Amino acid sequence: MNNSLTNTGRLLAAGLRALLVLTLVTGVVYPLAVTGVAQGLFPGRANGSETVADGRVVGSSLIGQSYDLPLKKGRRAPEADLKWFQGRPADGLGTNSVNTRYRLLVSGATNLSADSAELIQQVEDARKAVVKDNSVPGYTVAPSDVPADAVTSSGSGLDPDISPQYARIQVHRVAAENGLPVPEVAWLVEKHTEGRTLGFMGEPRVNVLELNIALSKLVTEGS
Amino acid sequence: MSPVLAGVLQLLALLAALALAHVPLGAYLARVYSARRHWRVERWIYRGIGADPDTQMRWPAYLRALLAFSAAGVLFLYLLQRLQGFLPLSLGFRSIEPAQAFDTAASFVTNTDWQSYSGEQAMGHVVQTAGLAVQNFVSAAVGMAVAVALVRGFARSRTGELGNFWADLVRGTVRVLVPGAAIAAVVLVACGAIQNFSGIHEVGQFMGGSQQWNGGAVASQEAIKELGTNGGGYFNANSAHPFENPTPFTNLFEIFLILVIPFSLTRAFGVMVGSVRQGYAILATTVTIWLGFTALMMWTEFAHHEGALRIAGGAMEGKEARFGVGASAIFAVTTTLTSTGAVDSFHSSFTGFGGGIAMLGMMLGEIAPGGTGSGLYGMLIMAVIAVFIAGLMVGRTPEYLGKKIGAREIKLAACYILVTPALVLVFSALSMALPTPPHSMLNSGPHGFSEVLYAFTSAANNNGSAFAGLNADTDWFNTTTGLAMLLGRFLPMVFVLALAGSLARQQPVPVTAGTLRTEKPLFTSLLVGAILIITGLTYFPALALGPLAEGLAS
Repeated sequence: MNNSLTNTGRLLAAGLRALLVLTLVTGVVYPLAVTGVAQGLFPGRANGSETVADGRVVGSSLIGQSYDLPLKKGRRAPEADLKWFQGRPADGLGTNSVNTRYRLLVSGATNLSADSAELIQQVEDARKAVVKDNSVPGYTVAPSDVPADAVTSSGSGLDPDISPQYARIQVHRVAAENGLPVPEVAWLVEKHTEGRTLGFMGEPRVNVLELNIALSKLVTEGS
Repeated sequence: MSPVLAGVLQLLALLAALALAHVPLGAYLARVYSARRHWRVERWIYRGIGADPDTQMRWPAYLRALLAFSAAGVLFLYLLQRLQGFLPLSLGFRSIEPAQAFDTAASFVTNTDWQSYSGEQAMGHVVQTAGLAVQNFVSAAVGMAVAVALVRGFARSRTGELGNFWADLVRGTVRVLVPGAAIAAVVLVACGAIQNFSGIHEVGQFMGGSQQWNGGAVASQEAIKELGTNGGGYFNANSAHPFENPTPFTNLFEIFLILVIPFSLTRAFGVMVGSVRQGYAILATTVTIWLGFTALMMWTEFAHHEGALRIAGGAMEGKEARFGVGASAIFAVTTTLTSTGAVDSFHSSFTGFGGGIAMLGMMLGEIAPGGTGSGLYGMLIMAVIAVFIAGLMVGRTPEYLGKKIGAREIKLAACYILVTPALVLVFSALSMALPTPPHSMLNSGPHGFSEVLYAFTSAANNNGSAFAGLNADTDWFNTTTGLAMLLGRFLPMVFVLALAGSLARQQPVPVTAGTLRTEKPLFTSLLVGAILIITGLTYFPALALGPLAEGLAS
C-alpha cells in the first residue's frame, strides 16, 4: 500500500514536471516567438488592422461598428444615422457582464432558433425598418428586395461586412441624406464591392467602414 | 456564380489540398513515432521530466503515465484560473469561480474546449497562453500518443510493449504540433488575425468616441486550436470573430488545419501496419461520412424552410457575411465530425435539421475523421466491431490486421462504444428531470431539449461546440459537463490501451482464402454501415425528441 502510494506520488511528480517543461515550450517560447515574427513582418495586421482617416484612428476594417445618432433622452436604443451606410443587426451582442469596470467590446450571436418567436419578431422588425429607412421619394424598397444579411444578426455581432445587395438598396437613401447624386454613391458601392477570394471562397461583400470613409471624403469634396 | 456552386467548389478545393497533404504528412508522422534518435531539445525535455524515453511500456504503465500527466494538467490549469487575480499580466481580470474553473480545466485537458466563460471578458494573458493554449498542444499530443499505441498493438506481436508515453507525448508536441502551429499562426496573422500583448486598450471610432479592445496572442492560439482539434476560442464568438478568422481564405485554411492531422494519421496507420491500403480503407470511410454529412448540411442550410430563416430569405442568422451559408456549413460539419468544436457560425440558429446533423456528427463518436489521434483510435474500434459483425455473419473467428478479435478484444471494444452514449443520455435525462437545470435553456420546446442534449453530446464526445443559448455557467452544468468530459475522454482511453496491450501480445494469424479483406471497398461500406447503425440505434429516441421534432414541425 505504502509502496503504491510512493509510486503514485513519483508518477504525479513526473507528470507535473513534464507539464511545466512543455508549458515553457508551448506556453512561453511558442507564443513569444510567433508574436516576434508577427510584429516584425506584419505589425499593422498583428495589431488589429487599424484604419486611419483624416489623421485619426477610426476603428478596424475587420470590426463592425454602429453608425448611430447620439442616444436621445427617454430612448433605450440609439437611432441609426441615415447619412451613413448601415451594417448588419447585432442583436446578440451582449453587454460586458463579467468585468463591469471595462467597456470592453464583446462578441456574440443571438443563438435564437429558427422557430423562436423572438427571432421571427426581430427579423420582421428589421425588415420593416430597412424598407422604411431606405425608401425615399422616387425610390421604394420592396420587402422582397431586402437580403437576408440585412435582417439577421451575424455570428460575432461584429461583422464588418454587408452583402452588395444590402449596400445597393441603401444607395438612394445615403445619396438623398447627403445631397449627393445617386450615380456617384452607386459607383462608390461598386468600387468597394469585394468579390469572392479567387472567385470561389466566401461570399461577395462590402466593408461598411471603408465605404463610409470613402463616402465622408465624397461629402467633404462635394461641399 | 451561385452560392451553392461556390460552396461546392470550396469543398472540392479543400479535398484537393487534403489529398495533396496527407501522403507526405502521414509518412512524416509514421517516421516521428518510429524514429530511434532523439532531437537535442527533446533530450533536454526528458531530462526535465526525469524519464528515460527508451524504456518500453506495457499498457498499464503507459496508461498510468498518461493519467498522471493529465491529472497534473487539470490541477495546474485549475490553480492557474483560481489564482488569476493575483497573477501578473491578467489585465485586472478576477480569479475564476471554483465550479467554472473545474469545468474549464477538465474541458481543455480533455481536448474538449467547452467554454462556459466568455474569453475576452474573463481570461488574461497568462491563463490564455500558459494555461489554455498549452493544453491545446498537449491534449492533442496525448490523443495522438494513444492512437499510435493502438496502431503499435496491431503492428507488433508477441510482446506487450506499446512504446514510451513520454517519448510519444514530447515528439508529437515538438516535431508535429509546434512547427505546424507556428507556420499556421504566421499565415493567419498575414491575413489579419491579431497577435500582440496590448491587452485592454482604446481605439477610435468612425462616429467619434472610442471602443475598448482586448488584444492578445490570438493567432498563435487559433492555429493550435484548429490543428489540435481543440476549439476553445480566444473570444466569445470563437472563429466567427474577425480577429480569429478574418477572411474567407482563413476560414478554409482553418478547416484544412482541423482536418489535416486526422486525415494524415490514416496514412501513418497504413505505413505503420505495413499496408498503405489498410489506411486507404479507413480514409475512404472517413471521407464518405464527411462528404455525406456536408452535402446534407449544405442542402438543409441552403433550403432554409423554417420560421425566421424563411422570413429572412436565407439562413444568415448567426453567420458572417464574408463566409456565407456554404462555407459555414462546411465548417460546422468539420468541427462536429472532429472533436474540435470551434465555430465560425452559431449552430443554435441553424435549421432544425442542420442542428441535428451537427449533433449526429458528434454522436458518431467523432471518428470521421475525429480529433487528432482520438479520431483514429475511435475509428479502429469501430473497425473491430465491424469485423466482429462480419465474423458473426459467416461464422468465423473475426480477425483484423492479422490479429484475432476474441472475447477479450470485443468486450473492450464494446465497453468503449458504450461509455459516451451512457454519459450523454444519463446526464441529459437527469438535467431534464431535475427541477432547476432546465431554467438554463434559452429556447423552449424541442429546441430547448436540443440545447441540453447538444451540451452533453458535445461534452462526453470531447467536442466543445454548443447550442450556445444554454446558460451553461451554473454549478449543475459546470460540474456535470466537467465530469462528462473527463469520463468521456479517459475511460475510452483505458479500453483502447487495454485492447492495444492484448493485441500486441498475440501472434499474427496468416491470411487465408477465408480472411475478410479489410482493405477492400466492401469492408469500407460495411464499416460505414456499422457506424451509422450503431449510432442510429443508440441515439434515435433522443434525436426524435429534439432536432427531428423541430425540423418536422416546420
